[in-house]
Amino acid sequence: MCLAVPTRIVRIEGEEADAEIGGVLRRISLAFAREARVGDYVLIHAGFAISLLDEDSAQESLSLLEEVGVHTRSGEGAGP
Amino acid sequence: MRYIDEFRRPESVERLLALIRNRSRTPVRLMEFCGGHTHAVFRFGLRQLLPETVSLLAGPGCPVCVTSPTDLDRAIAMSRIKGVTLATFGDMLRVPGSDGTLQEAKAEGADVRIVYSTLDALGIARANADREVVFLGVGFETTAPSVAAAILTAQQEGLKNFSILSLHKLTPPAMRAILDAGEVRLSGILGPGHVTTIIGADAWRFLARDYGISCAVAGFEPIDILLAVRALVENIEKQSPEVVNAYMRSVRPGGNPQAQSYVDRVFHVAATEWRGLGSVPMSGLFLRDAFAGFDATLRFPVHIEPGKEPPGCLCGEVLRGRVEPTDCPLFCDLCSPEHPIGPCMVSSEGACAAHMLYGEA
Repeated sequence: MCLAVPTRIVRIEGEEADAEIGGVLRRISLAFAREARVGDYVLIHAGFAISLLDEDSAQESLSLLEEVGVHTRSGEGAGP
Repeated sequence: MRYIDEFRRPESVERLLALIRNRSRTPVRLMEFCGGHTHAVFRFGLRQLLPETVSLLAGPGCPVCVTSPTDLDRAIAMSRIKGVTLATFGDMLRVPGSDGTLQEAKAEGADVRIVYSTLDALGIARANADREVVFLGVGFETTAPSVAAAILTAQQEGLKNFSILSLHKLTPPAMRAILDAGEVRLSGILGPGHVTTIIGADAWRFLARDYGISCAVAGFEPIDILLAVRALVENIEKQSPEVVNAYMRSVRPGGNPQAQSYVDRVFHVAATEWRGLGSVPMSGLFLRDAFAGFDATLRFPVHIEPGKEPPGCLCGEVLRGRVEPTDCPLFCDLCSPEHPIGPCMVSSEGACAAHMLYGEA
């Protein structure tokens, strides 16, 4: 029930937005994420954006895997 | 960054598992509070991948499962009132009350509808002025803000045929109840990622402060869960209990203040009944007096006897972490996702359903 999925905002109209989930547009409420802008990724739960996903923090989590001194194969980790 | 694939890379999973294996000496038992975590753990086979020193145990974090039989009976009785349309999330329909389910009530003529969002329930109310639309609100802190927003919208629009049966519950008091009961010895807690997106990582500080155990807030991809397990193992080995935010892209220390303010405006907190845990102080969200006009319990009072658990069902014990689903005599043979007896087998977040869907059955 606490399921939430990352979606990208493509259009904002007042407190509502259209967000893209797997190629499908869904109307969502930005009542809890008023700072969201077009192009941002938000987590959607039951039709509401519950957080604005922070790319720097996401990168930081992934880079922890590098920092801890585990061997990284060349060419890896530069993904989208 | 699309926030899914990046957190499922097999190489990174391997690396994390190696780190955990190298660091883990003391046997630890970690409870994943959230049913979403239980399902992810099974779906990605993490129990089998983790070293023997690390065991994971499902907790009470399935809103459908912890709904008390009495509350379910009340919802079913309300759905049978003439003129009422009861709207709720899909998982609720097949959960057995003392005598039947919402689905059975629907088959017998009750107008029960599945919605994805409270906004859909508002839409039904707007389009059907001759119906009384009752939204059966189940869910934790993640879901409660959307219900608060719906009530405020209904108030603003002067929508008179919309009300809420609030069964919303708060998770930290439930965690306390489990620890206070002392039935299971836990070394750490995997904190619920989306609940904590709303309430903030700081809300779990009491675990380290009052109980001396660590909590790592986790997302729902395999790397998220393993990052949290690694943080817990590290803290346990260092013997320094603390709260770690391993889901930084969504969770902030203070949570989502916008969502919190909606909940504070609409709800007040009081004791409520949980399946498996009994009455837990300060764990239920109820409508404030100012919103009494939207309170379905006042508008459609129904007389309900105390509810009964399904005979032989161990859901209550499963929710407290006392037994694994496979310990239940009904598991698989008598109780399955096709013919569920207890709610933990019905819900897409239930521990029994996870065991059935992804093995270990």
